[in-house]
Amino acid sequence: MVLAVIERETDGTPSAASAEVLAAARDLAHRLDLPVAAVAVGEAGDLPEDLVKQGVSHLHLLRHELLADGGPACTGEALAQLVAARRPAAVLAASTTESTEAMAWAAAALGVPLATACTEIRPRPEGCDELWEVTRERSGGILLEDAALDAPVRLCTLSAGGRPTGETAAAAEVTVDVFVPELDAAVPRARRVERAPRAAGMTLATAPVVVSGGRGVGSAEGYAVLEELAGLVGGAVGCSRVATNNGWRPHADQVGLTGTRVHPDLYIACGISGATQHWVGCMGARSILAVNTDPEAPMMRRATWSVVGDVHEVLPAVIAEIRRRSGR
Amino acid sequence: MSPFPDRAQVVVIGAGIVGNAVVHHLARLGWREILLVDKGPLPDPGGSTGHASNFVFPVDHSREITQLTADAARQYTELGTLTTCGGIEVARTPERVQELHRRMSSARAWGIDAELITPAEVADKVPFLDPAPVLAGFWTPSVAVVDPLRAGELMRERATAAGALTVSAMTEVLGIDTDGGRVRRVRTDRGDVETEYVVVACGVWSPRIAALAGATVPLTPAVHQMIDVGPIPELAATGREIAFPIIRDMDPLMYERQSGADLEIGSYAHRPILVDPDDIPSLAAAALSPTQLPFTPDDFDPQMEAALELFASVLDRPDAGIRHAINGLLSLTPDGHPLLGETPEVRGLWSAAAVWIKEGPGVGRLIAEWMTAGAPEIDPQHSDIARFAPHERTRAYVRARAAEGFNKTYGIVHPREQWGSDRGARRSPFFEREQALGAEFFEVAGWERPQWYRANEHLVAELGVADRPHEWDARWWSPIINAEHLAMRRGVAMIDLSAFTSFDVRGPGALPYLQHLTVAQMDRPVGRVIYTPLLGPDGGFRSDLTVVRLGEEHFRVVTGGADGARDRHWFTTHLPADGSVALHDVTSAMCTLGLWGPRARDVLAAVTDDDVSDAAFPFGTARTVHVGSTPVLALRLSYVGELGWELHAPTESGPRLWDALVEAGAPHGLVPAGIGVYGTTARMEKGYRLMGHELDAEHGPVEAGLALPGLKAADFVGKAAYTKAREGEPEATLCTLTLDGARDRAGLRRYPQGGEPLLTLDGERIADRRGRPSYVTSAGAAPSLGTHLLMAYLPPWHAVEGTGLLVEYLGERYRVTVARAGRRPLFDPDDARMRG
Amino acid sequence: MDVLVCVKRVPAVGAEILLTADATAVDTRHLGFTIGPHEECAVEEAVRIAGRTGGSAGVLTVGPAETEEQLRYALSMGADHAVRVDAPVADPQPEVSAAAIASALRDLPPYDLVLFGEASADAGHAQVAFRVACALRRPVVGGVKGIEPGSDTVAVRREVGDGVEVHDAPLPAVVAVLEGLNLPRYPTIKGRLRARKARVRVLDAPSATGGLRTLRLRHRPDARAQTVELGRGAAAAPAVVDVLADLGVVR
Repeated sequence: MVLAVIERETDGTPSAASAEVLAAARDLAHRLDLPVAAVAVGEAGDLPEDLVKQGVSHLHLLRHELLADGGPACTGEALAQLVAARRPAAVLAASTTESTEAMAWAAAALGVPLATACTEIRPRPEGCDELWEVTRERSGGILLEDAALDAPVRLCTLSAGGRPTGETAAAAEVTVDVFVPELDAAVPRARRVERAPRAAGMTLATAPVVVSGGRGVGSAEGYAVLEELAGLVGGAVGCSRVATNNGWRPHADQVGLTGTRVHPDLYIACGISGATQHWVGCMGARSILAVNTDPEAPMMRRATWSVVGDVHEVLPAVIAEIRRRSGR
Repeated sequence: MSPFPDRAQVVVIGAGIVGNAVVHHLARLGWREILLVDKGPLPDPGGSTGHASNFVFPVDHSREITQLTADAARQYTELGTLTTCGGIEVARTPERVQELHRRMSSARAWGIDAELITPAEVADKVPFLDPAPVLAGFWTPSVAVVDPLRAGELMRERATAAGALTVSAMTEVLGIDTDGGRVRRVRTDRGDVETEYVVVACGVWSPRIAALAGATVPLTPAVHQMIDVGPIPELAATGREIAFPIIRDMDPLMYERQSGADLEIGSYAHRPILVDPDDIPSLAAAALSPTQLPFTPDDFDPQMEAALELFASVLDRPDAGIRHAINGLLSLTPDGHPLLGETPEVRGLWSAAAVWIKEGPGVGRLIAEWMTAGAPEIDPQHSDIARFAPHERTRAYVRARAAEGFNKTYGIVHPREQWGSDRGARRSPFFEREQALGAEFFEVAGWERPQWYRANEHLVAELGVADRPHEWDARWWSPIINAEHLAMRRGVAMIDLSAFTSFDVRGPGALPYLQHLTVAQMDRPVGRVIYTPLLGPDGGFRSDLTVVRLGEEHFRVVTGGADGARDRHWFTTHLPADGSVALHDVTSAMCTLGLWGPRARDVLAAVTDDDVSDAAFPFGTARTVHVGSTPVLALRLSYVGELGWELHAPTESGPRLWDALVEAGAPHGLVPAGIGVYGTTARMEKGYRLMGHELDAEHGPVEAGLALPGLKAADFVGKAAYTKAREGEPEATLCTLTLDGARDRAGLRRYPQGGEPLLTLDGERIADRRGRPSYVTSAGAAPSLGTHLLMAYLPPWHAVEGTGLLVEYLGERYRVTVARAGRRPLFDPDDARMRG
Repeated sequence: MDVLVCVKRVPAVGAEILLTADATAVDTRHLGFTIGPHEECAVEEAVRIAGRTGGSAGVLTVGPAETEEQLRYALSMGADHAVRVDAPVADPQPEVSAAAIASALRDLPPYDLVLFGEASADAGHAQVAFRVACALRRPVVGGVKGIEPGSDTVAVRREVGDGVEVHDAPLPAVVAVLEGLNLPRYPTIKGRLRARKARVRVLDAPSATGGLRTLRLRHRPDARAQTVELGRGAAAAPAVVDVLADLGVVR
């Protein structure tokens, strides 16, 4: 079987990441002509009904009082014992913090490798029975690595994104069994003592939009228009090294090699030429809008969208247009 | 983006400060269809311009570099991209204090405001500097920081606005096609461009680009380390990029400057780290930029310690961190000077490489003027890319000299200092014999030439020659030189002159060709030896040399070793296209011995059956004589003011000629003498001028006292300017001055070396009406006159024999007297000895 | 409190990463080396904890002699001692790294807290901390962005999903941290000079193998298409706002 590790939301439903894991597990199981199994911590709840629709024929529920406060050691240990007992061909999990640490512990306990951040799993390529190949992300996703995975059971976490999820041919039925691992309460472990919703608040590192300014902004006062735009788009203000060095912005605002590396949905680069020193700080952005007088500037060539022009002409016009459309 | 053109008047490759300055000045001088390409993006394509520390220290011992820097600073100022902050070179050792005095002399000579200040005054200007290790400071108020990226943008804008320029960034040059030794086409990844002119302004990549056309740009990329430490609140509080003077901490070979909230520390002290141009990473492969390589901290550690000694108050803080550290690439050349001008290998292929930020726009103007008018306003003699002999263009040589030169960047370099690396490239056939005589070899163009012979040491006492008491004056010098000089004037000496560069010029067009290049009349009888200036288009000196008419259509040109390569380029580029003249460099085929002194005829007569009497072989003529079975071209002339000959023989017969002369000379007191006599003492006693010292493009024959009595009818390069100069009064006259028993404060006799400023008795700087300063062009002993001589151009109101002036040398001033205005020799003024 | 930070030598890459001709490794001919941003935060945190508690901040790496450059970098940031577990390569498989570190921790004087970066900047296996914890039967928490050391426990904070969790772990514990935990300081000049002279303790590694072998590296097919020019000057504003609206950042 191919075992999918299900993460559950607070209400017990599978997380979005788990849906992707299930899709990948189904695909792999199909190629190997094996059944799809799932493992989750806690009570069944609505899970069997959810999972049967997604082609899962076995659901293993891990149950132990030490699993309640969620230390990775306990989950990993429990998972390892389940794998040892059921001997799946592969165990797939999401690349989240929680799943990765449980899988890492399980791999260590089982004495097997763990392939993290996989984008593709190729079982038994070209008639090779034992050796599988995986493709995984390296260097923050800039590179892909093809690797041979040599293990009796293949533990993989999957990089997020890109897999079709959705419903598929349902399994005939789902067998639910409860697996109670042997966990030693005497082994020191971490315990979750508090869980709270994440506080609101905008930081450069977490903002969905970063409005960033460089040499082309021209002065400390010039950032007022960037602040205003950031306010309108729900973003934070950043800057390049030139701005910090000129004393226009504090170092905390600096994006780049020697500043913060940001990963927003949109990075608006205003008057930033895009020297590498800066680029490495913002290349993680999902999209980039560059405004610069020089169409040849590297940032303009690397951006998703570009506007040729002076920051102090373009931005006020954009702000006016936003206000016009929203009637603000 | 503008469409990529398929033809251009000129293609400039490289959009750093130099390329941008070149296109700006070409456009200003009327060039159109200028194409500027760079492989990288704008405004910072990734070359050295993008990471330079951007400061301008105006004072250099070299007048040429000082002029380029001054011009560049004017241009940066005019573009609004220069911030004056002042700068201080600090000394921690007594030897460096002396060097700062020398800097003062250069500052005064070139007319740059500067002052020696005390450690307390240094600390006044830079309050966060600990003056305890400092002995003195050389304060230059005009030191500035510039923004070369902005300056480049503005210069591109101006050329574009003039309708003269197309800029194509992200464009890789794939090839440069030539045809018949001329540039025809530049091939790029955006298309091919037909053109007759290419300027290679590619900094560290220049060797690669020039090689596409088959030319060499002899530089090597080398690492210069720099780090930024901050934030430092005192610097941040200024709110400016730079508000404090830049410190050059000369003894540890490093500098510190404010850069916003940081203190930037740069070093020229670490081991030479040379990079092959082919190993420079691409834009994509580099972490920061192709010329900002990964920092190697081990190399920088001593600099950190040195920096802490001066700047502990701001650097030794837990929150002042090393925020940026790079191994920046810059260009090093074998002699430290830029590589400017048309490459000698390919017509139309120009180099503008190995240029510091402080000279960039000045070089742009120089190149543009040179390309437009055939000569720039500033004499490029020491920067001319044509100056290198073939072996000096090799990778091995460039790397050896660059490695040796790197630590001289802030070093104390004696004016006569010799290089140690890659010596022995060119040896005359006399080399082993000279070595056996204990020759002290100095180098010119790779030739090993005896400067003096230790075998002559006994003459020092015998002839009563005084030593120089001060180590600096005596460095790279020996009293033996003066002894050899006296021995020659007393008897006879032979001097190895094999470093001469010689060309054979033949063909039906030979006479008109030479007439066109020279000031003197070339249409003289066969067998005549003719001394002549060669002028540039504006009438300044391009060279001076000797021409021998060997046949109706056959001439031998003999010029100095130092300038041989440049002269060869000059002669080559002027060859007529019709093939009527053939030019052959016969330097390697010939060796030369000078035989001079009252007994020279006795010696020559003893080794040849030919009649060498004055009647048969008068002064100013050349003949082939036979020394045993060796045919020797003998030229009766002299640069030392004595009876005698230059004997030119086949290289392979050199040892026999030497041995024959030594044997025959013994009864006449023949001594071997070095270039110390030939190039300095004997020459200066006779008032002979030396290219690169007295003779330069800023002065013509009239001012140099070398105007000829008649003006030939034939046209020649520079004739109009020369004719005009002959008709007017000179603005300056080359004078010979005597040093009147100079003793320093310690009571030691002192001997200026050259390059020092001349001052009035009131201590005022002297310059002529064109602003040209009066400084010592040559200095040397005059053993036969019992004095020390200086040569200098003086404006007419000082160029009066008997006038008293001062020379400033290493912080003290010494009384000198104008002994001669003009060329008449101080020693044997009527030339009786050499005509005897 | 005595803290040990495990760091890894990784190439300091630029905008693009070049590969060796056989595509099995990053071409580092033109690159310098560094430690990852998560690890810089770990070193910073260790230095702060050591300073606050009067303890020590050690730094450890697994690899050949050249990896001492990274140890010295951490020393110049304020770490006070360094250990290198000798290994033939600087990028061992995670099982090998874990075995080396676990073995070293058995040999070295006890540490209260062992810090890792969440994942190395190059291979990004994200598992060595947990393998070490498993081998030594120690409590472990990953994804940590806040550390509060107590007398015999440590409280750590991390962001999981849309929530923030606090975990308590008895000491000695293992923690894997994320960038953002703190703002790491730059090395100081004094720190660098001290680091240069510091002695690095070298330990032998046990023999171990891993089961994930790199076959080849390749570039991810570039998802970012050609740049779309939205216009020039103020006239581009409507097109810009259209884009912002499509992204859902303005209405």
